[in-house]
This record gives sequence, structure tokens and C-alpha cells, in this order.
Amino acid sequence: MKGGGFKVYAIAYLIFLYAPIVLLPMFAFNNAAIIAFPLSGFTTKWFAALWEEQALWDAAKNSLLVGVSASIGATILGIFAARASTRYAFPGKAGILGMIMLPLVLPEIILAVALLVLLLGLGMPLSLMTVTMGHILVCTPFSIAILSAAFQSLDKSLEEAAYDLGETPVTAFGLVILPLVMPGIISSLLICFTISLDEFIMAFFLAGTESTLPVYIFSQVRFPQKVPVIMALGTILVLLSIILLTTAEYFRRRGIARTGGKDTGGFL
Amino acid sequence: MAQSTGERRFLSVEAANGLKMISPTAIYATLLLAVPLVLIFAYSFMTDSYLSILSDFQWCNYYGNCASYKIVDGVLTPLQPYQGVWSDPLAQTLLMRSLYVSLSVTAATVLLSFPVAYYVSFHVEASRKSIWLFLITIPFWTSYLIRVFLWLAILGYNGVVNTTLMGLGIISEPLSFIVYNANAVVITLAHAYAPFAILPIFVALEKIDRSLLEAGRDLGESPFMTFLRVTLPLAIPGVISAIMIVFIPTVGDYVTPALIGGPEGKMIANLVQLQYLKLDNYPLGSATAISSMILVAVTLISGLALAKLFARIYGRLSGSTVWAVSVLGAAVTCVAFSAACWTIGWVIGPFVAKFLCIAVGHIGLLIGLKLTEARP
Repeated sequence: MKGGGFKVYAIAYLIFLYAPIVLLPMFAFNNAAIIAFPLSGFTTKWFAALWEEQALWDAAKNSLLVGVSASIGATILGIFAARASTRYAFPGKAGILGMIMLPLVLPEIILAVALLVLLLGLGMPLSLMTVTMGHILVCTPFSIAILSAAFQSLDKSLEEAAYDLGETPVTAFGLVILPLVMPGIISSLLICFTISLDEFIMAFFLAGTESTLPVYIFSQVRFPQKVPVIMALGTILVLLSIILLTTAEYFRRRGIARTGGKDTGGFL
Repeated sequence: MAQSTGERRFLSVEAANGLKMISPTAIYATLLLAVPLVLIFAYSFMTDSYLSILSDFQWCNYYGNCASYKIVDGVLTPLQPYQGVWSDPLAQTLLMRSLYVSLSVTAATVLLSFPVAYYVSFHVEASRKSIWLFLITIPFWTSYLIRVFLWLAILGYNGVVNTTLMGLGIISEPLSFIVYNANAVVITLAHAYAPFAILPIFVALEKIDRSLLEAGRDLGESPFMTFLRVTLPLAIPGVISAIMIVFIPTVGDYVTPALIGGPEGKMIANLVQLQYLKLDNYPLGSATAISSMILVAVTLISGLALAKLFARIYGRLSGSTVWAVSVLGAAVTCVAFSAACWTIGWVIGPFVAKFLCIAVGHIGLLIGLKLTEARP
């Protein structure tokens, strides 16, 4: 069979990739306080215990607030940059885009300490606001990557037709371009929300006394008795991420199909 | 003439529009990214003082003996002495360990991911490629912290691996070399960064014109030689992006070494965090952060330069033995290079030089096996 050996290898690789995620619910429903095999029976008590953690609910609320604000902020910045990079040629384009995309490769700890130094230098108190600013910085490159694909496959003649029919650049953007790239925008919002929900370093350095979900998880990990509860929380978070990502992927594909582009696959 | 003026005006209008369009994002990135980076660079030359930073220029955060100051009765008094990054044995160890871990992770992810990217690009039907890519990316997007933590559950003393092996009677006591050390960090990071390596390689492979492969076969090359002389060279840009996109962030990873590195697996980011948040010494923390980035830049640039050199030398050769000569030559060069480095390191004393050389040799070999000279 064609590529038989490769197929076996690729499937083995997928199993390696998914191993931790598959183990997660096994331990979350396991009736034992320590994380080890063999499993000792089914229970939902770790999920029930989640309800009683007030700190967890506060962290979840914070994460939700930061995630929604950061995804909206990053997507708006992403729309500007993606539109500029796909539609216009201008001097210094590669340099400017390179700087904007830098957070994609720079270690997050560098970004976090640099922002920390700036914010403290300006005398700005650390809060959820500062975390949101950091998350916008981290999410914008991903948003640009998704939106560039959406804008790239846009047919320029549609826009020109709108101009010929008397629309101004602003109304043409609102009436023609925005609806066409809308699936890309939704996809970007969902991906940015997922990233923000998961982001730890920025939140750890910039949150001050407040904590987001990853910061809360990090603080609980050192208590062995809390571990099964964290597994339960993890199961919920992973499920949530998968739902968000699947929706994002659906919209991304629909967007590409709508503008008549060819699907090259993948978010990155 | 008139046309070219008009064209120029059109271009300048377009340029102005483009700049206007990108300005919100560019301004945001400048204020919250470029300015802060310049700021920590400046901080790394300043003097730490109680509750403030003195802007006196000094090198000692990087090299030599330094001190935090405090103003006592109007006089600046040294309070807490400390060593600069490149004089501090702990910082040196952590920098070199970060480099070692990161290079191992890069080598592992790129080598292990290549066949997957190859399979998806060459053997999966076009309509099913995006579902494969989606499956590969999902684990990457799901809670990093939880995933790292699960590796602890898998590799730990009471973890899945140990309990299973002991249950099967293969080992009598838990394996200790797979947790709370650099190995555990390498395994976890290699898992976390796999999609980052697969995607750029996949994109490069997708761009390869399939008729080139047929041409290679028609000209009498075996499938294996076609792969070596056509596919692999054309995939090299993807491999290089994969190396960059895995290598740079992993050097500065904080969570994995903090959670499962144990004392033997701590990396440079853990020290940066300690210096900033616990010791409150911003100049030293900045110097450490900048040092790690310098290390990354030096490793990557010298690795790429070495690869270019290989490419040029072997590009001069021709004939069917070129590949064998290339590999042999690359191997010999690398061994000689590493040996020279060990000697230099041994003579100089601190193992900085030694590790740096080996790092360069590693990356050089990786990209250096380059085959960029194969002319399809």
C-alpha cells in the first residue's frame, strides 16, 4: 500500500500527541486521590468539588473577562494589519510586520518581563487590564495569520465593483469586505480567546494580586490533594478548547470557501 | 514620463494608505513590544538600588562583581553583592542547560515530525489533508499547563510509565531518570512543540512541484535518491523555519522546567523569574534575559553560517557521489569542529566555549546535512 509505513508512523505520532489528553478524563473520573494506575473505580466527586472552590470561580470570571477583551482587541488590530499586508504595498512592510509577528517566536518570559518593566516604570498598577494588554500582544500575530488567509483569497474586483457603484472605501469595506471575511473574524476571535484562556506567563507576571485560571492551576499543583480536582478542571477546559477550536475551524473553512479560495489547512 | 509620475503618485498614495492601515497595530506593537525590549536592554546596564533603579552605566550585570545599593544617610552604600550573569556559575549552568535542552528538543521535534509532514503532504488525499492538520494542531491549543502536568503523571515515580513497567515486572523500582530532570523537560517540550515543527515543513513540502519528482525518477534516480536530491533540498526552508520556531521559544520556557524539571532540570527562565519577582533585581534579571537571547542569536546565526559554508563547499562537487561526499564531509567537519571546541573549552576552563561550540556543531549538522547543493 502507498505510504503504508508512513501511515503507521503518523498514527503512532498522533497517539503520542494525544496520550496526555486521553489520560486526563481517566484520572478526572478515577476514585483515588493519587494519580497512578491501576484505576480504582468511577466517581464524579472531583467535579463536585470544583463547585465549592470560590477561588476557582473568581479565576474563571477573570479569565473570561480577559479572554473576551483580549480576543476583541487582538482581532481588531489583526484586521488592520491583515488588510494592510494583503491589500497594500508600502515601504518598510516586511520590517513592520516582522515586529508585529515577533511575539510568535520570542520566548514569552522575555515579553512578560519587558512589559513588566515598562508598566512599573510608567507607574501603572498591575491588574487584569495589564494582563489583557499582554494577551493582545501575544494573540495579534495569530489573528493576523488567520485573517491574512481570509483577506488573501478576497477577489479585488468585488471591491472595485463597489467603488464603481458609488460606495466610499469605508462603506465598501462594511458592505462588501467585512461580510466576506466575517468567518475569518469569528475564527480569529475564537482562537484568540482560546490562547488567552490558556496563557500563563503573561498572567503570572502582570496580574498583580488577581489570578486567571492558569495562574490558579499553577498555584494548586503543589498541593497533592488538589491534583484530582485539577484533573477534573483540566477535562472541562480541554473539552471547552476542543469545542472552540472545532467551531473556529468550521468558520475558517467556510470563510475560505465563501471567498472562493483554496483550503491550505491549518491555523498557523 | 507623465505616466511614470502618475505611477509614482499612485504608488505613494498606496504606500500612504498601507501605512495608515497598519498604523494602529504597528503603534501598539511599538509601545508594548519594541519600547519594552529597548527598556530591558537599557536596564541591563543600570544599577540596582533599594526600591529604585539608578541609571549609572555599568557592565557588571553581565560580567564581574556587582552590588545592589541603598541610600543610607544620604550616602550610596553597597547592600547586597552579587555576580554578573557570565561570572555566576549558576547562571552559566542554567544558560547551558537551556541551550542543551532546547537543541535536543529542536532535533527531536524536527526529525520526528518530518515523516509525519511528509506523509500528510505526499500520501494523504487532498480532501483529507486539512482534517489531519486539524488533528495535529488540537493538542497544541489545549491547556499547556494541564498537559505539562499530565506528563508529570505519566513520567512520575507513581506515574503511568513506572506503574505499568513495575506491574509487568520489567523493572523492580521506579525509573528515576525520566522525571525531575532535564530529560523530562525534553520529552515534555518535544511533545508540546511537535505541531510547530510539522506545519512549516508541511507547507514547504506542499509547495514542491510534483513533476520534479517524476523528472528525477525519469532520469533514473531511485525513489530514495530522488527524495534525497529533490524533495529534501526543497523542504529545507521549511525545516529551517521549524528549527527557528521551536528553538527560540523553548530556550525561554518557564512552565515545564518549573513543574517537572526538579532542581536538576531548571532553566534560564526560572532564574529570570527569580531575579525579577523574588530578588527584585531588575538590572540583573534584564541582563539574564538579554544574555539568553544573545545565546540564541549566536547559536542560530553561526549554525546557519556553517550550513551555508557546507552548501558552498559541496556545491562545487558534482557527479553521483556528491551526496556521499557531502554527508561524510559534514560528519568529519562536525567531529573535527566538536573536538576543536572541546579542546578550546578545556583550555579556557569554563565550559561556556565548549557548549557553545557543540551547539553550533549540532545545528550546523542538522541544517548542514542540507543537501542544498543538489540541483534538481
